[in-house]
Amino acid sequence: MKKGTQKLALLGLFTAIAMVLAYVEVLLPPLFSAVPGIKLGLPNIIIIFVLYRMGVKEAALVSLVRMVAVSLLFGNPMTFAYSLAGGALSLAAMALLRKLDFFSIIGVSVAGGVLHNVGQILLAMFVLRTAELGYYLIVLSITGTIAGIFIGLCGGLAVKRVKWG
Amino acid sequence: MEHEKGIDTPATPNKKRKLRNDLILIGGVLVIFVLIGLAIWLFRGEGDLVVVEVNGKTWGTYSLFVDRTVEIRTGEDEQELNLLIIKDGKAYVETATCPDGICAAHKPISRQGESIVCLPHKVVITVKRSDTNAPDIVV
Repeated sequence: MKKGTQKLALLGLFTAIAMVLAYVEVLLPPLFSAVPGIKLGLPNIIIIFVLYRMGVKEAALVSLVRMVAVSLLFGNPMTFAYSLAGGALSLAAMALLRKLDFFSIIGVSVAGGVLHNVGQILLAMFVLRTAELGYYLIVLSITGTIAGIFIGLCGGLAVKRVKWG
Repeated sequence: MEHEKGIDTPATPNKKRKLRNDLILIGGVLVIFVLIGLAIWLFRGEGDLVVVEVNGKTWGTYSLFVDRTVEIRTGEDEQELNLLIIKDGKAYVETATCPDGICAAHKPISRQGESIVCLPHKVVITVKRSDTNAPDIVV
Protein backbone atom coordinates (compact mmCIF):
# COMPACT_ATOMS: atom_id res chain seq x y z
CA MET A 1 0.00 0.00 0.00
CA LYS A 2 1.20 3.50 -0.67
CA LYS A 3 2.60 5.15 2.44
CA GLY A 4 0.45 8.25 2.09
CA THR A 5 -2.75 6.30 1.66
CA GLN A 6 -1.98 4.10 4.62
CA LYS A 7 -1.30 7.11 6.78
CA LEU A 8 -4.52 8.78 5.72
CA ALA A 9 -6.50 5.67 6.54
CA LEU A 10 -4.81 5.32 9.92
CA LEU A 11 -5.43 8.94 10.82
CA GLY A 12 -9.09 8.56 9.93
CA LEU A 13 -9.29 5.42 12.04
CA PHE A 14 -7.67 7.09 15.03
CA THR A 15 -9.90 10.12 14.71
CA ALA A 16 -12.91 7.81 14.73
CA ILE A 17 -11.66 5.99 17.83
CA ALA A 18 -11.00 9.29 19.60
CA MET A 19 -14.55 10.42 18.79
CA VAL A 20 -16.02 7.19 20.11
CA LEU A 21 -13.98 7.55 23.29
CA ALA A 22 -15.25 11.12 23.68
CA TYR A 23 -18.78 9.78 23.32
CA VAL A 24 -18.17 6.95 25.79
CA GLU A 25 -16.93 9.53 28.24
CA VAL A 26 -20.16 11.51 27.91
CA LEU A 27 -22.07 8.33 28.75
CA LEU A 28 -20.04 7.58 31.88
CA PRO A 29 -21.61 8.83 35.09
CA PRO A 30 -19.85 11.90 36.50
CA LEU A 31 -17.13 10.80 38.88
CA PHE A 32 -17.77 13.57 41.36
CA SER A 33 -20.88 15.51 40.49
CA ALA A 34 -20.23 18.37 42.94
CA VAL A 35 -17.48 19.64 40.68
CA PRO A 36 -18.40 19.64 36.99
CA GLY A 37 -15.73 19.18 34.38
CA ILE A 38 -13.86 16.29 35.94
CA LYS A 39 -13.16 13.89 33.13
CA LEU A 40 -10.75 11.10 32.43
CA GLY A 41 -9.97 12.49 29.01
CA LEU A 42 -10.22 9.14 27.26
CA PRO A 43 -9.62 10.60 23.77
CA ASN A 44 -6.22 11.65 25.00
CA ILE A 45 -5.20 7.98 24.91
CA ILE A 46 -5.45 8.22 21.14
CA ILE A 47 -3.82 11.64 20.93
CA ILE A 48 -0.86 10.51 23.00
CA PHE A 49 -0.63 7.27 21.03
CA VAL A 50 -0.55 9.11 17.71
CA LEU A 51 1.95 11.59 19.17
CA TYR A 52 4.34 8.80 20.12
CA ARG A 53 3.88 6.61 17.10
CA MET A 54 3.34 9.06 14.25
CA GLY A 55 4.32 12.58 15.30
CA VAL A 56 3.19 15.99 16.46
CA LYS A 57 1.53 17.10 13.23
CA GLU A 58 -0.49 13.91 13.02
CA ALA A 59 -1.56 14.16 16.65
CA ALA A 60 -2.62 17.79 16.16
CA LEU A 61 -4.62 16.83 13.09
CA VAL A 62 -6.44 13.97 14.80
CA SER A 63 -7.08 16.16 17.84
CA LEU A 64 -8.46 19.04 15.79
CA VAL A 65 -10.71 16.92 13.57
CA ARG A 66 -12.01 15.09 16.61
CA MET A 67 -12.83 18.36 18.40
CA VAL A 68 -14.64 19.80 15.39
CA ALA A 69 -16.63 16.61 14.86
CA VAL A 70 -17.53 16.07 18.52
CA SER A 71 -18.55 19.71 18.93
CA LEU A 72 -20.74 19.50 15.84
CA LEU A 73 -22.35 16.28 17.04
CA PHE A 74 -22.77 16.84 20.78
CA GLY A 75 -21.82 20.40 21.52
CA ASN A 76 -21.95 24.00 20.44
CA PRO A 77 -19.40 26.64 19.35
CA MET A 78 -18.57 27.32 22.97
CA THR A 79 -17.69 23.72 23.74
CA PHE A 80 -15.48 23.79 20.67
CA ALA A 81 -13.70 26.90 21.95
CA TYR A 82 -13.12 25.24 25.33
CA SER A 83 -11.95 22.03 23.68
CA LEU A 84 -9.56 23.95 21.47
CA ALA A 85 -8.11 25.97 24.35
CA GLY A 86 -7.52 22.85 26.39
CA GLY A 87 -6.45 20.61 23.54
CA ALA A 88 -3.98 23.03 21.99
CA LEU A 89 -2.21 23.81 25.26
CA SER A 90 -2.24 20.16 26.24
CA LEU A 91 -0.79 18.92 22.96
CA ALA A 92 1.84 21.66 22.85
CA ALA A 93 3.03 20.67 26.31
CA MET A 94 3.02 16.96 25.52
CA ALA A 95 4.92 17.45 22.27
CA LEU A 96 7.53 19.58 24.02
CA LEU A 97 7.99 17.18 26.93
CA ARG A 98 8.20 14.25 24.59
CA LYS A 99 10.91 15.98 22.61
CA LEU A 100 12.84 16.78 25.80
CA ASP A 101 12.79 13.03 26.50
CA PHE A 102 12.95 13.68 30.20
CA PHE A 103 9.75 11.98 31.30
CA SER A 104 8.08 8.69 30.48
CA ILE A 105 4.74 8.63 28.70
CA ILE A 106 3.05 8.89 32.10
CA GLY A 107 4.70 12.19 32.95
CA VAL A 108 3.92 13.52 29.48
CA SER A 109 0.30 12.48 29.90
CA VAL A 110 0.03 14.12 33.33
CA ALA A 111 1.37 17.39 31.92
CA GLY A 112 -1.12 17.10 29.07
CA GLY A 113 -4.03 16.38 31.38
CA VAL A 114 -3.28 19.23 33.76
CA LEU A 115 -2.63 21.75 31.00
CA HIS A 116 -5.86 20.72 29.31
CA ASN A 117 -7.66 21.94 32.42
CA VAL A 118 -5.47 25.03 32.66
CA GLY A 119 -6.30 26.01 29.07
CA GLN A 120 -10.01 25.62 29.62
CA ILE A 121 -10.05 27.49 32.92
CA LEU A 122 -7.99 30.34 31.50
CA LEU A 123 -10.50 30.69 28.69
CA ALA A 124 -13.39 30.49 31.17
CA MET A 125 -11.77 33.16 33.34
CA PHE A 126 -11.41 35.33 30.27
CA VAL A 127 -14.97 34.73 29.08
CA LEU A 128 -16.65 35.04 32.48
CA ARG A 129 -14.28 37.72 33.81
CA THR A 130 -14.00 36.14 37.18
CA ALA A 131 -10.96 35.10 39.15
CA GLU A 132 -12.89 32.79 41.43
CA LEU A 133 -12.40 29.99 38.94
CA GLY A 134 -8.88 29.78 40.25
CA TYR A 135 -10.17 27.62 43.08
CA TYR A 136 -11.72 25.35 40.56
CA LEU A 137 -8.39 25.02 38.83
CA ILE A 138 -6.82 23.63 41.99
CA VAL A 139 -9.41 20.86 42.20
CA LEU A 140 -9.19 20.12 38.49
CA SER A 141 -5.40 20.02 38.50
CA ILE A 142 -5.42 17.35 41.19
CA THR A 143 -8.02 15.23 39.39
CA GLY A 144 -6.28 16.01 36.10
CA THR A 145 -3.05 14.59 37.50
CA ILE A 146 -4.77 11.37 38.51
CA ALA A 147 -6.53 11.10 35.16
CA GLY A 148 -3.23 11.85 33.42
CA ILE A 149 -1.53 8.93 35.18
CA PHE A 150 -4.32 6.61 34.10
CA ILE A 151 -4.31 7.86 30.51
CA GLY A 152 -0.52 7.64 30.42
CA LEU A 153 -0.62 4.01 31.53
CA CYS A 154 -3.23 3.17 28.85
CA GLY A 155 -1.37 5.13 26.19
CA GLY A 156 1.91 3.46 27.14
CA LEU A 157 0.35 0.01 26.78
CA ALA A 158 -1.10 0.94 23.40
CA VAL A 159 2.21 2.37 22.15
CA LYS A 160 3.96 -0.83 23.21
CA ARG A 161 1.48 -3.36 21.90
CA VAL A 162 -0.38 -1.99 18.89
CA LYS A 163 1.37 -2.95 15.67
CA TRP A 164 0.65 -2.20 12.04
CA GLY A 165 2.26 -2.03 8.62
CA MET B 1 20.36 16.73 38.53
CA GLU B 2 24.13 16.69 39.16
CA HIS B 3 23.93 14.56 42.25
CA GLU B 4 22.48 11.66 40.30
CA LYS B 5 25.35 11.41 37.85
CA GLY B 6 26.87 8.01 37.52
CA ILE B 7 23.93 6.00 38.78
CA ASP B 8 22.55 5.50 35.29
CA THR B 9 24.09 2.05 35.05
CA PRO B 10 22.28 -0.95 33.55
CA ALA B 11 21.00 -1.71 37.04
CA THR B 12 19.07 1.58 37.00
CA PRO B 13 18.07 1.94 33.37
CA ASN B 14 16.83 5.03 31.64
CA LYS B 15 13.25 3.91 32.14
CA LYS B 16 13.57 3.96 35.89
CA ARG B 17 15.06 7.43 35.83
CA LYS B 18 12.22 8.66 33.69
CA LEU B 19 9.68 7.22 36.08
CA ARG B 20 11.40 9.03 38.91
CA ASN B 21 11.25 12.23 36.86
CA ASP B 22 7.55 11.53 36.40
CA LEU B 23 7.09 11.43 40.15
CA ILE B 24 8.99 14.71 40.53
CA LEU B 25 6.75 16.22 37.85
CA ILE B 26 3.57 15.00 39.52
CA GLY B 27 4.70 16.22 42.93
CA GLY B 28 5.79 19.53 41.43
CA VAL B 29 2.45 20.05 39.67
CA LEU B 30 0.52 19.41 42.87
CA VAL B 31 2.75 21.72 44.94
CA ILE B 32 2.53 24.51 42.36
CA PHE B 33 -1.25 24.37 42.21
CA VAL B 34 -1.64 24.30 45.97
CA LEU B 35 0.61 27.40 46.09
CA ILE B 36 -1.49 29.11 43.40
CA GLY B 37 -4.59 28.26 45.39
CA LEU B 38 -3.03 29.75 48.50
CA ALA B 39 -2.07 32.89 46.59
CA ILE B 40 -5.59 33.32 45.21
CA TRP B 41 -6.98 32.78 48.67
CA LEU B 42 -4.65 35.38 50.17
CA PHE B 43 -5.28 37.97 47.48
CA ARG B 44 -8.97 37.42 46.99
CA GLY B 45 -10.92 40.58 46.28
CA GLU B 46 -12.98 42.72 48.58
CA GLY B 47 -16.64 41.86 48.85
CA ASP B 48 -19.56 44.26 48.85
CA LEU B 49 -22.35 42.33 50.55
CA VAL B 50 -22.82 41.09 54.07
CA VAL B 51 -25.07 38.05 54.22
CA VAL B 52 -26.42 36.91 57.56
CA GLU B 53 -27.62 33.35 57.81
CA VAL B 54 -29.41 31.91 60.79
CA ASN B 55 -29.93 28.18 61.04
CA GLY B 56 -28.84 27.80 57.42
CA LYS B 57 -31.44 30.23 56.10
CA THR B 58 -30.69 33.71 54.80
CA TRP B 59 -31.74 36.11 57.51
CA GLY B 60 -30.63 39.36 55.97
CA THR B 61 -28.42 40.89 53.30
CA TYR B 62 -26.74 44.26 53.71
CA SER B 63 -24.36 46.39 51.69
CA LEU B 64 -20.86 46.49 53.07
CA PHE B 65 -20.59 50.17 52.19
CA VAL B 66 -23.59 51.50 54.08
CA ASP B 67 -22.73 51.92 57.74
CA ARG B 68 -25.35 50.41 59.98
CA THR B 69 -25.97 48.37 63.09
CA VAL B 70 -27.95 45.15 62.87
CA GLU B 71 -29.39 43.39 65.87
CA ILE B 72 -29.40 39.74 64.97
CA ARG B 73 -31.95 38.39 67.42
CA THR B 74 -32.43 34.65 67.36
CA GLY B 75 -33.66 31.82 69.51
CA GLU B 76 -36.83 31.59 71.58
CA ASP B 77 -38.30 34.99 72.44
CA GLU B 78 -35.43 36.46 70.45
CA GLN B 79 -33.32 36.45 73.55
CA GLU B 80 -30.10 35.61 71.77
CA LEU B 81 -28.37 38.64 70.34
CA ASN B 82 -25.40 39.24 68.08
CA LEU B 83 -24.83 42.91 67.44
CA LEU B 84 -23.48 43.22 63.91
CA ILE B 85 -21.85 46.49 62.97
CA ILE B 86 -21.06 47.44 59.38
CA LYS B 87 -18.70 50.38 59.28
CA ASP B 88 -16.13 51.72 56.81
CA GLY B 89 -16.48 48.73 54.51
CA LYS B 90 -15.91 46.20 57.26
CA ALA B 91 -18.28 44.06 59.27
CA TYR B 92 -17.79 42.84 62.80
CA VAL B 93 -19.75 41.65 65.80
CA GLU B 94 -19.60 44.24 68.56
CA THR B 95 -21.21 42.25 71.34
CA ALA B 96 -23.02 38.97 71.64
CA THR B 97 -24.89 37.13 74.34
CA CYS B 98 -23.44 33.79 73.35
CA PRO B 99 -21.41 32.01 76.04
CA ASP B 100 -18.10 31.77 74.19
CA GLY B 101 -17.98 35.23 72.58
CA ILE B 102 -15.85 33.94 69.71
CA CYS B 103 -17.85 35.94 67.17
CA ALA B 104 -17.28 39.19 69.04
CA ALA B 105 -13.56 38.45 69.27
CA HIS B 106 -13.31 37.82 65.50
CA LYS B 107 -11.49 40.48 63.51
CA PRO B 108 -13.54 42.65 61.12
CA ILE B 109 -14.23 40.97 57.77
CA SER B 110 -14.31 42.59 54.34
CA ARG B 111 -12.90 40.13 51.80
CA GLN B 112 -15.25 37.89 49.94
CA GLY B 113 -15.59 34.48 51.47
CA GLU B 114 -14.58 35.65 54.93
CA SER B 115 -17.06 34.84 57.63
CA ILE B 116 -17.82 35.19 61.29
CA VAL B 117 -19.56 32.24 62.84
CA CYS B 118 -21.46 32.11 66.09
CA LEU B 119 -22.02 28.44 66.77
CA PRO B 120 -24.20 28.79 69.89
CA HIS B 121 -26.68 31.03 68.03
CA LYS B 122 -26.29 29.26 64.67
CA VAL B 123 -25.44 32.57 63.04
CA VAL B 124 -23.12 32.81 60.04
CA ILE B 125 -22.09 36.21 58.71
CA THR B 126 -20.38 36.03 55.33
CA VAL B 127 -18.97 38.65 52.98
CA LYS B 128 -19.95 38.06 49.39
CA ARG B 129 -19.74 39.85 46.11
CA SER B 130 -22.92 40.71 44.28
CA ASP B 131 -21.65 40.62 40.68
CA THR B 132 -20.56 37.00 40.64
CA ASN B 133 -23.30 34.45 40.74
CA ALA B 134 -21.19 31.33 41.08
CA PRO B 135 -20.55 30.63 37.41
CA ASP B 136 -21.95 27.33 36.38
CA ILE B 137 -20.02 25.97 33.46
CA VAL B 138 -19.39 22.59 32.00
CA VAL B 139 -16.03 22.38 30.35
